[in-house]
Amino acid sequence: MTALVLVEVENGAVRQASRSAVAAASRFGAVDAIVFGDGAQAAAALPGVTRVLSVPGLVNDLAEPAADLLAARAKDYSHILAAASATGKNILPRLAGLLDVQPIPDVVEIKDADTFVRPIYAGNALATVRSSDSIKVLTVRGSNFDPVAAEGGSATVETIEAPASEKSVFVKVELSASDRPELESARVVISGGKGLKDAANFKLLEPIADKLNAAIGASRAAVDSGFAPNEMQVGQTGKIVAPELYIAVGLSGAIQHLAGMKDSRVIVAINTDPEAPIFKVADYGIVGDLFEVLPTLEKAL
Amino acid sequence: MTMKVLVPVKRVVDYNVKVRVAADGSGVETQGVKMSMNPFDEIAVEEAVRLREKGAAKEVVVVTVGAQAAQDVLRTAMAMGADRAILVRTDDTLEPRAVANVLKAIATREEAGLICMGKQAIDDDMNATGQILAAKLGWPQGTFASAVTVADGRIEVAREIDGGTEVVSLTLPAVVTADLRLNEPRYASLPNIMKARKKPLETVEIDSLGVDTASRLTVVSVAEPAERKEGVKVNSAAELVEKLKTEAKVI
Amino acid sequence: MTQIEREEMEFDVVVVGGGPAGLSAAIRLKQLMPDAGVCLIEKGSEIGAHIVSGAVIEPRTLDELLPNWRDLDAPLRTQVTEERMLFLTETRSFAVPYLDRVMPQMANHGNYIVSLGEVCRWLGEQAEALGVEIYPGFSGAELFIENDHVAGVITGDMGIERNGEHGPNFTPGMILRAKQTILTEGARGSLTGHAMKRFGLRKGVEPQTYGLGVKEVWEIPAEKHRPGLVQHSFGWPLDDHTYGGAWLYHFGENLVSFGFVTGLDYANTYLSPFEEMQRTKLHPAFREHFEGGKRLIYGARALSEGGFQSIPRLTFPGGVLAGDSAGFLNVPKIKGTHTAMKSGMIAAEAVAEALEKDRKEAASMTARVQQSWLWSELRDVRNIRPAFAKWGMKLGALYAGIDSMILRGRAPWTLHHPHADNETLRPASVCTKIDYPKPDGKITFDRVSSVFLSSTNHEENQPVHLKLRNESVWQTVNHDVFDSPESRYCPAGVYEQEQTGENAWQLRINAQNCVHCKTCDIKDPTQNIDWCTPEGGGGPNYPVGM
Repeated sequence: MTALVLVEVENGAVRQASRSAVAAASRFGAVDAIVFGDGAQAAAALPGVTRVLSVPGLVNDLAEPAADLLAARAKDYSHILAAASATGKNILPRLAGLLDVQPIPDVVEIKDADTFVRPIYAGNALATVRSSDSIKVLTVRGSNFDPVAAEGGSATVETIEAPASEKSVFVKVELSASDRPELESARVVISGGKGLKDAANFKLLEPIADKLNAAIGASRAAVDSGFAPNEMQVGQTGKIVAPELYIAVGLSGAIQHLAGMKDSRVIVAINTDPEAPIFKVADYGIVGDLFEVLPTLEKAL
Repeated sequence: MTMKVLVPVKRVVDYNVKVRVAADGSGVETQGVKMSMNPFDEIAVEEAVRLREKGAAKEVVVVTVGAQAAQDVLRTAMAMGADRAILVRTDDTLEPRAVANVLKAIATREEAGLICMGKQAIDDDMNATGQILAAKLGWPQGTFASAVTVADGRIEVAREIDGGTEVVSLTLPAVVTADLRLNEPRYASLPNIMKARKKPLETVEIDSLGVDTASRLTVVSVAEPAERKEGVKVNSAAELVEKLKTEAKVI
Repeated sequence: MTQIEREEMEFDVVVVGGGPAGLSAAIRLKQLMPDAGVCLIEKGSEIGAHIVSGAVIEPRTLDELLPNWRDLDAPLRTQVTEERMLFLTETRSFAVPYLDRVMPQMANHGNYIVSLGEVCRWLGEQAEALGVEIYPGFSGAELFIENDHVAGVITGDMGIERNGEHGPNFTPGMILRAKQTILTEGARGSLTGHAMKRFGLRKGVEPQTYGLGVKEVWEIPAEKHRPGLVQHSFGWPLDDHTYGGAWLYHFGENLVSFGFVTGLDYANTYLSPFEEMQRTKLHPAFREHFEGGKRLIYGARALSEGGFQSIPRLTFPGGVLAGDSAGFLNVPKIKGTHTAMKSGMIAAEAVAEALEKDRKEAASMTARVQQSWLWSELRDVRNIRPAFAKWGMKLGALYAGIDSMILRGRAPWTLHHPHADNETLRPASVCTKIDYPKPDGKITFDRVSSVFLSSTNHEENQPVHLKLRNESVWQTVNHDVFDSPESRYCPAGVYEQEQTGENAWQLRINAQNCVHCKTCDIKDPTQNIDWCTPEGGGGPNYPVGM
């Protein structure tokens, strides 16, 4: 069995989520990678990848030509994977449509070659599903698979011509480079609660957010107190987030808040009250005055 | 403009309801819980209605695939402004691939010029039906839309991607899937709910479409996620950063 | 204020509130007048979403309303098989002997343990099948008054922003015109309050008194489940001067309904009905039922306890009151469903007559009620609840036994409700603090995790629906005299007192948590809390089982 992984390369480096997808794919046997645009060399360096299909002419990840191209190659593979990223979720289900198979998105655990675990109901339940399709098309959650190293492999590279795309044309992309990432898609989120005491103190979160390229969130109590605007609210009634790292600063961990962030991979809590419920879900906790901890944290980063 | 917009919608457990895994692990308890239109589908309905109000479309047709009870979400969609509705009746739970087969048949029959639908349903969280449907129809797709503009036989879609927005221009007909920021759906007002009761709702038996609705996935079990374990307390910011780097490998 | 343009729709009858009373009224109306236009609005997101009750129900009214209910798949599935009334001390329990003679109202043979929310959903289906137009998610915000009579209701505006301005999705409420309006909003309904005030409906009757029921639904291991078991208790943890007690019913598929009612005429400002409910679960007579189980749903609702003496005038020009809006609960029986439904049926009959004869007021409702079993049932038990208030729980129970067994409800005297519930609270300085146990997270829980299980939600941006009429009164009365009782009686953690400086406090109102129980509207010492109806569809979303 050979698996094919759609590998995303950003600024010359393979995205971590794609390295996790390669790790997941190696569970099925040999791994080929496919790279759209530049970056085949970065993919070829991934340990465990034997062959890289390079499509330099397909620069903007347009789903239509990408899926066409993957479909044309699909018969060689038992599994076709991608990270559960915006790109993976755009292209792979379309590929599944072309192949007439049922895709399996957001896989968090591989039981065997046919059986996968995936969250449903916003992570409130985990479904184990078995696929009867001859080619399995899946996206995997990066946080659930340890990524392969960025270097150490030496795959062969085969260059493929990009098919033309007439129906879909790339116009432009606007990356929020200087701005903060969106709360829901940020890799790191730092949230403040009532412990910040006023709106001005919310600025204390910014230097740390800058260093970690983090989005800034807030608890409902902080929003209700007018410390932060409503769109920053993380929680049951606000935004549901599941970043790689969630840093909760001066918030107690009301259950409404926990409902919105409990699926984060790593949770850090900073609070003066050692009994605060947030510590019950935190992987790492610092009991202390946030006004002292935040500046030292910024320096340590 | 004579374009007809087809909006597929799904009836799901209301987003306010705390779902509970059935004791026998066969699925999630859906008996007796409040059901509503999938929130992303509400956004799609709103966008379609706005396109018609702007004159970019002439008719908005909503469709759902499900049991008789699913017609309540069709009524809601019509109260929001959709012109008519189609219920493709089945008592089975269909996977996205099967739903896409049904929708392809309906889109073809209706000669839809645009399909506007939610990016994912909040029950199975598949995020796949729109893409599969576009592939099967051979239409281009604009997924995770945060803005759309129809002009000169094309549709320009701003798409939410990791870390920003991408704009693509698609030929019509096309499939667009709605993300959260596309719009804020209007309320279904009481007068409009009353009027919606009189709008046409057609029921189509799924078997009459003659499409493949078989399942390719078997649900082996459904379980509750493990509760988080209480972690460790660290003494300093430096120690924290060290652990995040070496132990959690997250920064 | 700018005049808002509102759409109008005309019906023969508008019913406000989709509980057992409103649904029975709507059903009865369509049975009597199949061609009448009947519209029912419900502020909950669906029928049943705001229903909290025990509930053991007597099928008597259902037999009258829908005699073939057994063929209609009515969700009355668990018959009472076993029952007991326990008097609790802190560690022990004593079953009241000869229950069916000492407390004949308590005899439950032939009764059913139900999820009242489920029964209401079913009644809603029956009503729709008869042609009633049901609109959940819409609150009645105001009575529509024309020429000094009620000519319908105005539904709530939607899409108003926090600051009171119209947001981009502002949707004005609608005028639902009706020849007759039936108010069945449950205890302490908002429009009912307006109608009582405007038409002086409470003139000459005693104040209404209330209880607060706080409830949980649990799923327990099958081997422990005894479907049909009914257990009530009085005594511990309340003191002898505080009315209240617990219920525990085994019903459905491994479900247990547990709850606690506290009479809102309690005096100790430090009492917390929520905590009383929580700690009762730790008593040996209750604890075993919960061990190994899982809590599924939480909710709370005030109920009327005034009974016979407190029933107001039931009709006014253009409308009638029924159900717990009027206060038809039978307290000693701990049942209000059959009486609510009966009053709804009678309301419909009187309204139908008024429609036929083209009368403005369905005045025959009063006589119809007085000629029905509903009246004699409530009259016979009229002295029992006040006796508890007058003499305490133990002597009250003794009196109840005498009144029921010997006098058979025909005592030549009537005991009174001397005070409204907001007048009974004593200053903090003379009250004893109550040391409630910390929640253990297995059997007992805190408020916040409880509210989570009510699936409560309110549209985020709307104006706060709970307001202080006078901000400074909170500081001088609620805080300084009573030590913020609202932070304890609210079962949803809406009210928190916050220190803002030395000797400076303020009240934080987490209106989003509100489960619409109405306790603050009832118990605030100076009636300073204004409970406005929030945007329709908001509040709890109790599932079937509640």
